[in-house]
Amino acid sequence: MAVIRDVMPAFELFQPVSADDATALLAKYGSDAWVMAGGLDSFDWLKDRIKRPKVVVDLSQAKDLSGVREASGGIEIGATTTLTEVVRHPLVKEKFAILSEAAEAAASPQIRNQGTIGGNVSQDTRCWYYRSGLACYRAGGNICFADTPTAVNREHAILGADRCVAVSPSDSAPAMIALEAKFVIRSAKGERVVEAEDYFIGPGIDITRMNVLQPGELLTAIRIPATWAATQFYFEKVRDRPVWDFPLVNIASAKVVNGGKIERIRIAVNGVAAHPVRLKKVEDAIIGKPANEETAVMAGKMAIEGAQTLRYNGFKVPLMTNLVKRSIRGVEAPTWA
Amino acid sequence: MGIVQWAHSPWGEDVPIHISFILIWVAAIAGLGFLIVHAIWHKFFAKPEVFADSTPPAVAAKLPERVKRHSLTARAFHWIMALSMFALLITAFGPKLGYKFPWVTYHWIAGIVLTVSILFHIIHASFFMDFWSIWPDRIDIDDAKKRLRRSMGEAAGAPRRFAKYPLENKAYHGIIVLAGLSAMFTGFFMMFRVRTPFFTRNPYLFGDMTWGMMYVLHGLAGVGLIALIMVHIYFAVRPEKLAITGSMITGSMSREYYLEHHDPERWAPESAAK
Repeated sequence: MAVIRDVMPAFELFQPVSADDATALLAKYGSDAWVMAGGLDSFDWLKDRIKRPKVVVDLSQAKDLSGVREASGGIEIGATTTLTEVVRHPLVKEKFAILSEAAEAAASPQIRNQGTIGGNVSQDTRCWYYRSGLACYRAGGNICFADTPTAVNREHAILGADRCVAVSPSDSAPAMIALEAKFVIRSAKGERVVEAEDYFIGPGIDITRMNVLQPGELLTAIRIPATWAATQFYFEKVRDRPVWDFPLVNIASAKVVNGGKIERIRIAVNGVAAHPVRLKKVEDAIIGKPANEETAVMAGKMAIEGAQTLRYNGFKVPLMTNLVKRSIRGVEAPTWA
Repeated sequence: MGIVQWAHSPWGEDVPIHISFILIWVAAIAGLGFLIVHAIWHKFFAKPEVFADSTPPAVAAKLPERVKRHSLTARAFHWIMALSMFALLITAFGPKLGYKFPWVTYHWIAGIVLTVSILFHIIHASFFMDFWSIWPDRIDIDDAKKRLRRSMGEAAGAPRRFAKYPLENKAYHGIIVLAGLSAMFTGFFMMFRVRTPFFTRNPYLFGDMTWGMMYVLHGLAGVGLIALIMVHIYFAVRPEKLAITGSMITGSMSREYYLEHHDPERWAPESAAK
């Protein structure tokens, strides 16, 4: 079991001054290296002695990894840009307000001042069985302690579970999927760009990871194309307390309505699976339909098809249904339908 | 690095969780090593096969041109089992080697296909085939001793021709039964740990130590099968074994091969191949 200790364990610390230096270090140390951006998640793992890297690569001095830039009508956000910068940046507010809203929903002001957008999308699950150091599937073992008859699993997955039922806790991740963002990944071998929805992976693909980053790889930037700039956005996060909490379920959508009909739409939900879930079938079903209550009800029902609840997380089914309905309506309804 | 990976259970006990996956490479290298050594031995050191007796012309004359060896049912079982075994190995070890895909569902489906085919085979072999033909008998052991002594240059009588299966086939079958049943039984219980339409998940069906041993045995059987299948394919494509391999496709072998390698007194084919 995890024991929080005051003293940081020994490791070799590197503070590269550029993305190139960082990727060279990651290439050299491979799976022995731990990438640290804001450090908010890293310090818990390290001080609890659950993750024991030999090398920590601190990205705080790599200035080329930070900042928001205009790019081809869209924007490019450096991976170590703080959440506060994302929330406040005029370009983000003007064109992609949903991202600003989602980033602002994360944690507390102090944490957003330190936490980075790359860290927020790439953060590990909050499953307490996993975080307490038990040898569960995600930690390389052969059991999911959260998916047992007596487990406490109120925050866990209702969709896409494959042995592990942990969920992604990111608030900005569904907004990235709604905005069709592209994630730039660099390694010593070169650069690759993956779609936001492909960046996140479920336990079926790799039960010990939540994204496609392999040892030696670094998320350097996130590019958001102009495709969904200044369209109708909807973001809502439901959590146990109004501030400083992880989502039970959150939703992000971007849509274009023309003549009362939905011309195009992208919807993503998080907190219901090990990765943010893009509701592609729902999108396909409602394109061309009027943005009204009837369409919203249909979308809500479709969204939760295939949901499998655990002992304590059945509430996520109506919660997700209602969030999807509200995202179609485009306004927060005064009462739950 | 050990062959088993251990972890602390929530109650502080050290329990095995699975094999060390370096064993995948150990099995592959062991299998490859066997092939190389056998190929060298066969090429440079093996003595020609000599058998003690031959079939009287009168008996040989009654044999059809093609001698039936495997029924369609037996062949169907073999190839279904082979396909499911390949599916199991690919889904089990592909992700460990870096080919990422959602493998668990495919794995247990292939496992069910294998289990059903094995259960069918047990019934079929027990009641509709010569059950004992695949198990070594006293003549096999005596002849194996003679063959061993002759291969070492010692004076020994020539062995008799084989029954339906050479001793090597029988030994291989015995080992694959052991590995296959180990994987099958442990795999059956491991299905209680994942979501399937068949059972209610129950990870507490056994204690941590029992589960751990089950995972280890499943893993050992799995990596063992890597080497076993490599050896099986190697022998299947060896020139001197092609007649046997061909009979698993066509169902029959030539009269000449049969008379040269098999003893009609020990294995009398049911009828001529159609």
